[in-house]
Amino acid sequence: MTSPDPHRAVEAVWRIESARVIAALARMVNDIGLAEELAQDALVAALEEWPRKGVPDNPGAWLTLTAKHRALDRFRRRDTYQRKLQEIGRDMELRQESAEAELDDALDDHIGDDLLRLIFTACHPALPAEGRLALTLRLLGGLSTAEIARAFLVPEPTVGQRISRAKRTLADRKIPIELPPPAELPVRLASLLEVVYLIFNEGYAATSGDDWTRPSLCQEAIRLGRVLAGLMPAEPEVHGLLALMELQASRIPARTAPDGTPVLLLDQDRGHWDRLLVRRGLEALRRAGELGTLGPYGLQAAIAACHARALTPQATDWERIAALYRLLAHLTPSPVVELNRAVAVGMAYGPARGLEIADGLQDEHALRGYAHLPAVRGDLLARLGRSEEAAAEFRRAAGLTRNARERDLFLARATALSA
Amino acid sequence: MRYLVTLKVAAQPDGPPPADLMEAIVKLGQEATEAGTLLDTSGLAGSAEGARVEVAGGRLIVSDGPFAEAKELISYALYEVRSKEEAVEWAARFLRLHRDLWPGWEGEADVLRLFGPEDFAAPA
Repeated sequence: MTSPDPHRAVEAVWRIESARVIAALARMVNDIGLAEELAQDALVAALEEWPRKGVPDNPGAWLTLTAKHRALDRFRRRDTYQRKLQEIGRDMELRQESAEAELDDALDDHIGDDLLRLIFTACHPALPAEGRLALTLRLLGGLSTAEIARAFLVPEPTVGQRISRAKRTLADRKIPIELPPPAELPVRLASLLEVVYLIFNEGYAATSGDDWTRPSLCQEAIRLGRVLAGLMPAEPEVHGLLALMELQASRIPARTAPDGTPVLLLDQDRGHWDRLLVRRGLEALRRAGELGTLGPYGLQAAIAACHARALTPQATDWERIAALYRLLAHLTPSPVVELNRAVAVGMAYGPARGLEIADGLQDEHALRGYAHLPAVRGDLLARLGRSEEAAAEFRRAAGLTRNARERDLFLARATALSA
Repeated sequence: MRYLVTLKVAAQPDGPPPADLMEAIVKLGQEATEAGTLLDTSGLAGSAEGARVEVAGGRLIVSDGPFAEAKELISYALYEVRSKEEAVEWAARFLRLHRDLWPGWEGEADVLRLFGPEDFAAPA
């Protein structure tokens, strides 16, 4: 046995505590950028002190307290000290001796709300989507700029700019760090859930055998989803999104063949699905259903659950899936949803019925250049025995996709149909 | 990545665990759940209620508990974390509660990684 690396131990604590530390500081100094800087200062102090003295019993409180002292130091050095002190008010009037105990209580009382305020602010609709994603991963996930850059396959300075621009926008537009007023909640919550799902999809769409940094994005999104479910237990869509992510992630181990080629849902070895995630997903979906009618995420989770419950592809309840897509199309009308409904209807009621729906989408502007439209038509045509037309559709799909693995898949189907 | 943390007790004072400890354990579990980290956990009944199935000398042997073990396995927790150190930190918090709230208690937690999809990936 060897002794663990103390720096890595400090970083682990940081990962666990940073969001709460930043959230508590943001409430005190009313500035997300400054809160993060102060928290970083505290991390530096921890890296110096903990390896020598050991990790304190309550590391979160230690980090927050240290950051508060840094804040005081900074303000004292400035002539704005008095004004800032008034703004910050009682929070900063620390008595050294009992400070830690007080802080513990204060953290327990506020922490849930502080975190929520921080999340809602990081996901504010005033910010561009890429800024929201980067800021959320940075502030709530404790990821470094380099880690975020690696996950999104973009240069590190780009991520740095996105984060600093987002912080500046929040400051310039004087966006308060607060919970949205009830009237705005539905819109703000949708914006927040969208950010989490975008993070998830960024990882999910890219999952492949040679790049395992991206499943870590799925992981981070699911973790955020679980945090949100704890913070907003009464919101059905929060549980709906969590259910959707847990169920989709349960298939990650079966989604790629050992050589890295994608494996389509109906061809996957269901024995490789992660049963623990399936169980958790179904449980989250049940909770969402108990809280009210299912929203768009809940409905998508219900569709994913139909697959999760089927032990074999043949056992899939396609009629239920087709009905759920109908509800989803009603809530969020979109040609992509309609295309998915065409697939489900084709499975439930025969390819001719599915093709009818898919044909109706041919002129959809939004689907122009979308490889899955010809791919779905190709599949339905093949099942109707119209092989030549089907092969042409798969070739068209191959010409449209930007994913090399997918292109191979479509070309292979075209070749098989032409033979 | 997932880690299984098993808790084994070596020595404990007579009597049931203190109420403070039980309360603190529930609170820590809630915290870890709300952090999106704790996937599953449970305490384990004494081995007197269990059994052991073993293969030895080419024979399959089933025997009822209790097992004559120096340290008894009393609980497990399954965590989803971003590093081994994170799993160690949660395990340390759990054991710290035992140290602080049940004087005389001694035991240990093993922190073991579960295989995941990354272990079966094709070589890049």
